[in-house]
Amino acid sequence: MAELNILEAIRLAMDEEMERDERVMVLGEDVGRKGGVFGATDGLWAKYGDKRVLDTPLTEAMIAGAAAGAAVYGLRPIAEMQFADFVYPAFNQIVSEISRMRYRSNGTFTMPLVIRMPYGGGVHGALYHSQSNEAYFTSTVGLKVVAPGTPADARGLLKAAIRDPDPVLFFEHKKTYRLFKAEVPEGEGMVEIGKADVAREGTNLSIFCYGYMRYCALEAAETLAREDGLSAEIVDLRSLRPLDVEAVLGSVAKTGKALVVHEANRFGGYGAEVAATIAEQGFEHLDGPVMRLAAPEVPGVPYHHSLEDWYMIGPEKIVEAARALAAY
Amino acid sequence: MTDANVATEPRHRQLGLSDEEVLAMYRQMLLARAVDERMWLMQRAGKIAFIISGQGHEGAQVGITWPMRRNHDWMAPFYRSIAATMTFGMSAEDIITAHLAKGDDVSSAGRQMPGHYGGAPYNIVSVSSPVGTQVLHAVGIAMGAWVRGDDAVAITYFGEGTANQGEIHEAMNFAGVHKLPVIFVCENNGYAISVPLVRQVAGLSVAARGAGYGMPGVTVDGGDVLGCYAAARDAHDRARNGEGPTLIEARVVRLTSHSSDDDQRRYRDPAEVEGLKAQDPIAVFGNELRAMGVLTDEIEERLRAETKAEVNEASRRAEARPDPDPATAELDVYATEVR
Repeated sequence: MAELNILEAIRLAMDEEMERDERVMVLGEDVGRKGGVFGATDGLWAKYGDKRVLDTPLTEAMIAGAAAGAAVYGLRPIAEMQFADFVYPAFNQIVSEISRMRYRSNGTFTMPLVIRMPYGGGVHGALYHSQSNEAYFTSTVGLKVVAPGTPADARGLLKAAIRDPDPVLFFEHKKTYRLFKAEVPEGEGMVEIGKADVAREGTNLSIFCYGYMRYCALEAAETLAREDGLSAEIVDLRSLRPLDVEAVLGSVAKTGKALVVHEANRFGGYGAEVAATIAEQGFEHLDGPVMRLAAPEVPGVPYHHSLEDWYMIGPEKIVEAARALAAY
Repeated sequence: MTDANVATEPRHRQLGLSDEEVLAMYRQMLLARAVDERMWLMQRAGKIAFIISGQGHEGAQVGITWPMRRNHDWMAPFYRSIAATMTFGMSAEDIITAHLAKGDDVSSAGRQMPGHYGGAPYNIVSVSSPVGTQVLHAVGIAMGAWVRGDDAVAITYFGEGTANQGEIHEAMNFAGVHKLPVIFVCENNGYAISVPLVRQVAGLSVAARGAGYGMPGVTVDGGDVLGCYAAARDAHDRARNGEGPTLIEARVVRLTSHSSDDDQRRYRDPAEVEGLKAQDPIAVFGNELRAMGVLTDEIEERLRAETKAEVNEASRRAEARPDPDPATAELDVYATEVR
């Protein structure tokens, strides 16, 4: 099949699923005629009409809550939060309602819906257009949370999310939207939620990452191989909840060293869960402390490019952290 | 039918309701009240941990819910919706079983605390505790029906305290924009736990807010069961005809404390509480039906005996049901269990 970027892959996934299943609809701010502020829904409004591709008012609680109601009614809504930073008005719906509906109704009401959220920094978006807030949701039982890092995964995971009988939060790193093109497979190209992907095999240490960090970690691995003779294994978690514990432990068993990388801040971040899992279940494999590379403890990504560069995790910081761990 | 006949016809017949139907409405109110009172007794006996009552709301709930089509339309209730959910299909046994948190309770199998109604077989959406969230679910259901071109109408209920939550305003605005088939019912009993209307609702009218969201806002007296019915029937017609949502504010009385954990004597004048009895919708509607010649002492006696027997039987059966098994507590977190 064609080489696509991540944005095109996301659009293709929605188009394919809307074509396949007329219960699938899209709702969100500017998703209709404009095709979304990033263009993720471009062309869908013209093809499926303004009911199935529905422009909403600027009301995130309503977007999530109406998606929940539509899911109860039997539809398969895809709700778009324009930026992950703006999801908080919908937090009550997501955490109090969507995540618990199946459990509290003893399995009689379900929430087969997707909430797509562009997240992440490095796009001059400052404090309110750059957040990596996945940990608020990965700690919520009843939700599934995914964050793809390649076009094939973006398409395959989004299709899997749309077909999933449970609510899936789909985190799309904005910086990756048009960052690179890669082959997207022929056919359905489904990617199972809950499975990590070993993006690069290695023997000296494992780097666990997701989203844009996959791209950065792969670059870092090149540098480490070239300049240090270090063989880094890159494990793209892809699915944050459920976590592919088997893949994580398998990689640690092979390398003996684990570095968890994410763009969100460290304290209570998603990396803490991965690190704790390794410490609890993979202790005998370890040949050094489980390390985390995460953003500084400031409330958000500051705007000026010098400040944003200071904040962001990139290949250089990963190389540095990997060298330190390898030397332990 | 000539104009002269209309003028002399009893009010319920003008609304197209037969004598049998209005008696059935009255019976439904009696049954909901009998269930409610029984659960207070069970709470005091230590069988139920907590009760949040619908006493005083029955007239509005039965009258407004009456035009809704069972197993066709949809309901997103709130924690006082005993009479509404029963009018829409739940049985006395369903309600009492849920309050006893039994293992085969239709609402949640003992997972939710009392007052959290729901029932997939009845198109009644499971309700949670943060107030107002259910209103968006009703709007989402209406959106689903609208997208699919279905005839279904969604109805949702909330108190006047909840009417101030942002999600209510987001819901009404969205429903107004797209003329969605949904009916918003605010049961205004004048108190959000202890805080009176004057400290909650600027302008003192929830119905007035309908205008801001492009929909009619209708105020009805919760003791006027036929008036509630008429308003809901009109709203249902509007929804089905693509004319959009309606906001109905029913002025009701709260005859009990907010819940079994509350004591309203701390914040309500005893004379005020005493005066509410004259506004009890069961008394008001009963008197109206007597004045119309539909209800007699004999019928009243029979209905009260029937509903008492029904509640006795429902309680007996509910108490005999099995408690939940902790071995099932991890089921239905996800469709298939995941780590």
